[in-house]
Amino acid sequence: MSNLRYTKAHEWVRMEGDVAVVGISDYAQEQLGDVVFVELPDVGASFAQSGQAAVIESVKAASEIYAPVSGEVTEVNSALDDAPETVNGDPTGGGWLFKMKASDATELDAMMDEAAYQAYVDGLD
Amino acid sequence: MSPTDSASVAKTPLHDLHVELGGKMVPFAGYSMPVQYSTGILTEHGHTRAQAGLFDVSHMGQVTISGPSVATALETLVSGDMASLEPGRMRYTLFTNPAGGILDDLMVANSSAGTHGHLSLVVNAANKHADLALLQANLGSGVSVEMHDDLALFALQGPVAATVLARHAPDCTDLAFMGAAAMTVGGVACVVSRSGYTGEDGYEISLAGGHAETLARLLLAEPEVAPIGLGARDSLRLEAGLCLHGHDIGPETTPIEAGLRWTIAKRRCDEGGFPGADVIPRQLADGVERRRVGLRPEGRAPAREGTVVTDGAGAAIGTVTSGGYGPSFGGPVAMGYVASDHTAADTEVALMVRGKALPARVTKLPFVATNYHKS
Repeated sequence: MSNLRYTKAHEWVRMEGDVAVVGISDYAQEQLGDVVFVELPDVGASFAQSGQAAVIESVKAASEIYAPVSGEVTEVNSALDDAPETVNGDPTGGGWLFKMKASDATELDAMMDEAAYQAYVDGLD
Repeated sequence: MSPTDSASVAKTPLHDLHVELGGKMVPFAGYSMPVQYSTGILTEHGHTRAQAGLFDVSHMGQVTISGPSVATALETLVSGDMASLEPGRMRYTLFTNPAGGILDDLMVANSSAGTHGHLSLVVNAANKHADLALLQANLGSGVSVEMHDDLALFALQGPVAATVLARHAPDCTDLAFMGAAAMTVGGVACVVSRSGYTGEDGYEISLAGGHAETLARLLLAEPEVAPIGLGARDSLRLEAGLCLHGHDIGPETTPIEAGLRWTIAKRRCDEGGFPGADVIPRQLADGVERRRVGLRPEGRAPAREGTVVTDGAGAAIGTVTSGGYGPSFGGPVAMGYVASDHTAADTEVALMVRGKALPARVTKLPFVATNYHKS
């Protein structure tokens, strides 16, 4: 059973204590195509929920990534600097983008679990 | 896409094959076209540079013009030398406007047989109706103009394109770069030219739409051939330094600004007789304020179309017109227009991406050496 929660903008969140690990869904990486560059936020930067926190550049286009929860960035996945393609190959594992100290855990309540997200994605195609 | 949109989007004869092959279909210039197949743009790009890629470019306009003095008539609309174009030869040229701007870029092949002049034009999909109207309104009653919506057009591009095509059309290896000839390919009547939009050796193949799927399947059955979508077509042409009309060139840019001086023969420059002909010699003599250059970001972030180019002091000196990632180059690549005093190779500039000034250098085009066939 996956413990990921998803947003309608196709980010996922995995809670580790009060730290939210953030990435994009397998569906999102498939839609973006080959990722060639990831612009990550600065550690220490604060974002409100749905604030623009990162940018993923595929061969085709740049896509904005939004903070799924409010909070402060505690760590970024700097391995993506040299291997941005990890976002395609392992979007919910090694392709995580950044971690945030979540300031309001109730923000997760409105997010989708795996089954609900799958149903949401199926409705998009 | 809404149902209304789907209804207005045209399909090429290979549409069902694209879907069968896993093509991700997107609307482009009024057509539903594959932006990529299941392996993705990077793989398709690399495959074309290493082996051979098959592109469906049936959305482009194929127009024939014929009449006794058809080359002279066409010269009233384009800046290139059409009169000296011999049968079996093809040339890249430009439709210009009175300001010297570029209405469209096109390929012209001389397909005359005997004394009757016959030129075959391939124009951009997005401009084909405007181009047709331009030709019909200006070439005069002695020239007939016909758009062939019933024809398909393929490009087979890559270092083994000739080897592969020769299995089905042995005569194709006799074609020189920018040569064109009628020949059968796998038993299908085609017009084949040695040309393309990738910087690689390869061919463009025109044929009746009704035979398109059969021939595409025949070529795709060759182990070296993979289907390639519009995404890789764009990254391949950008690495090769080739212009995309509506982006790198357009009605507001002249051939001189665009670095396409080579497409205007001396005779045309001296004699004029095309829209904007007075502008060209003046720009050659006086210089132009901006020129198209290659731009190489020094980091890994791509700079997209519309990105502002600045000098060391932060003053705006130009704009990116095409930019992205160059898979064979191994990093971001771009082209655009900059003020003429900043066009020297290795000039340091900055690209304003999301509010940050990213260091970049002006560079010579192409980014990846071209591999055209040499006779």
